[in-house]
Amino acid sequence: MKQKKLKLVIWDLDNTIWNGVILEDDSVVLQEGILDIIRELDSRGILQSISSKNDHAAAFAKLEELGIAEYFLYPRINWNSKSSSVKGIVEDINIGMDTVAFIDDQPFEREEVQSVLPEVLCIDAADIAGLLDREEFMPLFITEDSKNRRHMYMSDAKRKSAEEEYEGPQEEFLASLDMKLTISPVTEDDLQRAEELTVRTHQLNSTGVTYSYEELNELRHSPDHTLIIAELEDIYGKYGKIGLVLLECGETEWKIKLLLMSCRVMSRGVGSVLIAYIIKLAKEKGVYLTADFVQTDRNRMMHITYKFAGFKEIEHNGNHIVFGHDLSFNQAFPTYMKVEVQQ
Amino acid sequence: MEENKVKIRKFLSRFFKKHELGDDEDIFALGFVNSLFAMQLIMFLEKEFELAVDPQDMDFANFKTINLLASFVEKKTVKV
Repeated sequence: MKQKKLKLVIWDLDNTIWNGVILEDDSVVLQEGILDIIRELDSRGILQSISSKNDHAAAFAKLEELGIAEYFLYPRINWNSKSSSVKGIVEDINIGMDTVAFIDDQPFEREEVQSVLPEVLCIDAADIAGLLDREEFMPLFITEDSKNRRHMYMSDAKRKSAEEEYEGPQEEFLASLDMKLTISPVTEDDLQRAEELTVRTHQLNSTGVTYSYEELNELRHSPDHTLIIAELEDIYGKYGKIGLVLLECGETEWKIKLLLMSCRVMSRGVGSVLIAYIIKLAKEKGVYLTADFVQTDRNRMMHITYKFAGFKEIEHNGNHIVFGHDLSFNQAFPTYMKVEVQQ
Repeated sequence: MEENKVKIRKFLSRFFKKHELGDDEDIFALGFVNSLFAMQLIMFLEKEFELAVDPQDMDFANFKTINLLASFVEKKTVKV
């Protein structure tokens, strides 16, 4: 099986990031070349975290002293099994297990992670010299969004803890975020990000069909298609361009060929808003609305989103479904989110 | 059935705070029902009543009112 492009690298600390065991000798220094690797992965938009069996205070203080603590999201420094730490980090970040690499100098730890989480790519810390040249560490492209990815996930971490601490109903919490969704046609500047979204997004993706830069550029100019991108921001900052819609616009029927959203906006209701927007457009045009859907083991949420927006199955062929919407019903935009449409 | 309705009403009341839901009242007509609510509703049904909501069950009509939800639960949990 071809290894997927990696989104996250989880590092061990002792004898991996630094040379030695910190609880035995506090004067450890960074392994040769490690800082360059960490910085380069970061600029490629690959996220990084820590799974270390260690004293949290001592290890974290050392990371700060070395000036690299800021690079790591949701670090797990504790005495639990590494597989449980890896699992926890991946759940917090909310990405697929098959896009994760785990680097550790201890064969026992690599085997333990591998046996519990077979999809994770486990790498010996002794082999990191050529790491940056490996295929799976090379993203297809590096966009503005990928360069800022770590900062966006850091804001997500802040949102998440705010959400956990919030005791009122969820709608109220969402309202407190003061979200603003901007819906606009895909411009040339958006094409790389649009392609990246079709490649990276699996959970909130209606078909999983990927489109290349060239294809998207053609669709953008095609009179029979509408290509829309959505951007979200709130009081914690920008989420970036997080949603993409491809419409095939016929005389009497419009078809949603693709609807996807970054999983970072899961639980924000963006999918329902985009669908409500499309229904509104179709209604104004007086066309019938359908939607392609390809069922996978990951995109149940999208299925539910369509169904609850009033779509009905009109064709069902294996895992391929065509939904239809009679436009008799549409939800208003939610009150907790400002929606701005740019033409 | 009545017992299930109480559980369903209790769950829904978290979302429709200021409103006393009638058994036949259309919850979708009451305001924005987002995918977030949908997912939570489905997770609630699956966990609380130990049933599996299949894709073909995800019909609007099954979830519209407390009564419809209760009969859906009953249909899904009938022991063969």
